[in-house]
Amino acid sequence: MDKNKKETLDLSKFKEEVLAIYPPKIAKKRGKSILLNDPDTIPEIQANVRTIPGIITQRGCTYAGCKGVVLGPTRDIINITHGPIGCGFYSWLTRRNQTRTTSDDQENFIPYTFSTDMQDSNIVFGGEEKLKAAIREAIELFNPKGIAIFSTCPVGLIGDDVHRVSRQMVEEYPDVNIFGFSCEGYRGVSQSAGHHIANNGLFKHLIGRKDDVTPTSKFRVNVLGEYNIGGDAFAIDSLFEKCGIEIVSTMSGNSTLENFETAHTADLSLVMCHRSINYVAEMLETSFGIPWTKGNFIGADATAKTMRKVGEYFGDAELSAQIEKVIAEEMIAVKAAADKATAKTTGKTTMIFVGGSRAHHYQELFSELGMTTITAGYEFGHRDDYEGRRVIPTIKIDADSRNIEEITVTQDATRFKPRKTEEELEKLKAGGLEFNNYDGLMKDMEKGTLVIDDLSHHEMEKLIELYKPDVFCAGIKEKYVVQKMGIPLKQLHNYDSGGPYAAFEGAINFYKDIEMIACSTIFKQMKAPWESEEFVTAEYVFN
Amino acid sequence: MLLRHTTAKEIDRKALTINPAKTCQPVGAMYAALGIHGCLPHSHGSQGCCSYHRSALSRHFKEPVMAATSSFSEGSSVFGGSANLVQAIDTIFKVYSPEIIAVHTTCLSETIGDDLTQIVSKAVEDGCVPEGKMVIHCNTPSYVGTHVTGYSNQVAAMVKFFSTATPKKKNVVNLVAGWMEPSDMGEIKRLASVMEARTIMFPDMTGVLDTPMNGHYKMYPDGGTTSKDLIATGDSKFTLGLGQYCTEDACIKLENKCKVKFEILDIPIGFKATDRFLMSLSRHANLPIPDSLSDERGRLIDLIADNAKYLYGKRVALFGDPDTLIPLTEFLVSLDMRPVYIVTGTPGKPFDERMTELLKDIPEAKFKSGETADMFRMHQWIKQEGVDLLIGNTYGKYIARDEDTPFVRFGFPIADRPGHNYFAKTGYNGAANLVTQILDAFLDHEDRTCAEEKLEFQL
Repeated sequence: MDKNKKETLDLSKFKEEVLAIYPPKIAKKRGKSILLNDPDTIPEIQANVRTIPGIITQRGCTYAGCKGVVLGPTRDIINITHGPIGCGFYSWLTRRNQTRTTSDDQENFIPYTFSTDMQDSNIVFGGEEKLKAAIREAIELFNPKGIAIFSTCPVGLIGDDVHRVSRQMVEEYPDVNIFGFSCEGYRGVSQSAGHHIANNGLFKHLIGRKDDVTPTSKFRVNVLGEYNIGGDAFAIDSLFEKCGIEIVSTMSGNSTLENFETAHTADLSLVMCHRSINYVAEMLETSFGIPWTKGNFIGADATAKTMRKVGEYFGDAELSAQIEKVIAEEMIAVKAAADKATAKTTGKTTMIFVGGSRAHHYQELFSELGMTTITAGYEFGHRDDYEGRRVIPTIKIDADSRNIEEITVTQDATRFKPRKTEEELEKLKAGGLEFNNYDGLMKDMEKGTLVIDDLSHHEMEKLIELYKPDVFCAGIKEKYVVQKMGIPLKQLHNYDSGGPYAAFEGAINFYKDIEMIACSTIFKQMKAPWESEEFVTAEYVFN
Repeated sequence: MLLRHTTAKEIDRKALTINPAKTCQPVGAMYAALGIHGCLPHSHGSQGCCSYHRSALSRHFKEPVMAATSSFSEGSSVFGGSANLVQAIDTIFKVYSPEIIAVHTTCLSETIGDDLTQIVSKAVEDGCVPEGKMVIHCNTPSYVGTHVTGYSNQVAAMVKFFSTATPKKKNVVNLVAGWMEPSDMGEIKRLASVMEARTIMFPDMTGVLDTPMNGHYKMYPDGGTTSKDLIATGDSKFTLGLGQYCTEDACIKLENKCKVKFEILDIPIGFKATDRFLMSLSRHANLPIPDSLSDERGRLIDLIADNAKYLYGKRVALFGDPDTLIPLTEFLVSLDMRPVYIVTGTPGKPFDERMTELLKDIPEAKFKSGETADMFRMHQWIKQEGVDLLIGNTYGKYIARDEDTPFVRFGFPIADRPGHNYFAKTGYNGAANLVTQILDAFLDHEDRTCAEEKLEFQL
């Protein structure tokens, strides 16, 4: 593939061509979510709006975002799905949130799924009693420290109150932290509503419950929005350990309840997945005075940059020296792996349609491979994830957003403690360190690239037909569709069972995996030899 | 240990399901609808249902699984989903051009009481359904039955919406396929074609969930039962339902609607169930069973006899769906193995009755179906007294690893191994495939764990 593949593609014709098939109303609506990027002016994109019924979407639901994404990775809590069996079944072990205990006597409920398995009689007469019985049985069998209840669609409709049940059960079992989530699948427009609901619950029921900590370092941070898919959090843990920095809480990869309970004792929050966790970052700052900054460990350069930010923030010469030393050491292997991979990958193109941050972050890794992301978009992002947080005040609150609870967080009376003085913060900002900000995906994408929110099946087919990328990145629902078209698909939700892809170690893994895709020969075998044009058949002519 | 909190001590558990041996109705309806040619399944509910079901089916088959959703919002949940479904039908025909849309409900749309008949009529009145195209529908409340029930309801809907009797009966036997792999369906069709029987299989996932990679994606693959064939099922002279839970309802409806008599058989897993299938097909198609099939049977018996010592008396735990567990248990018993623990989350008397009969000579056997008949319970039984082999879907691997038990994957979902949609487990050849997998599991385990001097070069 020549280096200038991108230049030969006319991305500007896409919108017109793709919208042609849609009825006018749909075309008009979808048109607002499809645009040509300009990083200098950053056009407004339509995002976080309802998917049109009948349009085949990548999106899931609020329950998936709340139970599956945010709370799912915590190992020592029993997550009970209150509803018919399906929701609990589908969110059982499907997200590759790795967790690691150091001995078998530590709690780990990750390989289990718990459900009240509501039957029609529960729908008709209410399911609260069955939920209570389920909680009692869970306590009798497992004696857990915490139980979270997740509402599925019918729960809200029939009027079961999971919060009231939780309060009643806490009275019965004062030693168990029991709380509920109103994360019915119909709330919001995507998983994103579930993240918000989960964030609120984390803050109300877990964060700040334990003040007593034994620091292992004077540099203590939270890593927010890192779910340890494929072991990403392990790679980040190991990097921080080498640098001498303590991670107080990773939310929520490889986490325990105690990690949440002590998160307020950290001195800096690094936000990985902005979409799913920015609410907690904000609340930690408001309530406890912990500043947050955007971090990214996807890509070796991004990792180095994030670590240097941490060094600058703490302003400790010894720490910064150690960070530089670790970066220098790690970059040796990274560079060797990159050199080997780029020989095969340079000049190739990719398209990325996942998540709320990954479609942005992974562009870093592809760019380290010499590849260009010609189009990208989020499955459940908001305008700020595209255009940057500066647009937040201008985002219209629609009926769907209004339904999501906003909790009011105030300064904690005794534990609020500014981590830096105003002067120190100003100085850090002057030095280029940004707080409470995320500039979004569009600023980092080249002019003329395509940005598409909530990509539909039809739009995906059209992208591939018109621009034939070398690698398409999405999830399991898209994987086999794209591959039937002869284009390899790299899953960026579950990494095709690969990873970790975070930090330096992860970058090397990713280079290898993309090199493997670029060098895979099987896609050249799609035609049988007799189907090629050169194949000439001859027949005997019988008289 | 992965399942470190599972102990031998059972409690009287009534409300909490732990690690279910079932999932909910709509995924079954979606799977069955994929067995209609040119059909796009449609999930009338929240987006998450459709996304979860497509993901589960994609992980299992490693194939595209297309379906649309009504994308309920909070407003539609309060005011009803009619507007969403009408709009969805209009959008789908205009954008994705299927021949048929197969709508199924979810717990959400059932709880609010959406009336599909009425909504679809409205879509027709509004001109959303182009000439010659169809919208079929079935009710699949997730809080009743399981994925098996959803499959059954979708298959029954095929009869309701398509099967038509004309005055002229044809010498054709309908094969109503229960929940099995496309490979299993392909093998059953091959057996019928070896016998030269004229059959219509429905639903039929061959050519849908096992498609070739040739650079051209077909949203509606070549396979699937055509609407023409579905209509013609009303003129067939007999129906064989393969798997009582998944097909009996459709068979009864077809008899009531088109006077096509039927017989319910087990899915032909193992030689006894295959014998019964061939004899029944032979009788109703009025054709002899050819010698080549006797030879296939003979080869299977030869394989089993050669390896009987590795199978005899082995204790097996299995979990999954009644329609496959019943013939599978029968097959294991016919291999002189001892299926001792069997659970299915799918409720129903036939399972209990058949198991009682099949296991009458295995007094230590325990089985349970319905609510809380889950994998946690089965694992507790295993903790009480271990087994030599575990058979079930991928979720079994956590038990298999903890207990160091040989494991054969069978059922849905199998997310961690390919091949199940290519290599059948039905018919005599399928049984040979299954026996080989069981032996491989035993012998690989033995070879890996035995003392060095005990490592055998030969069987």
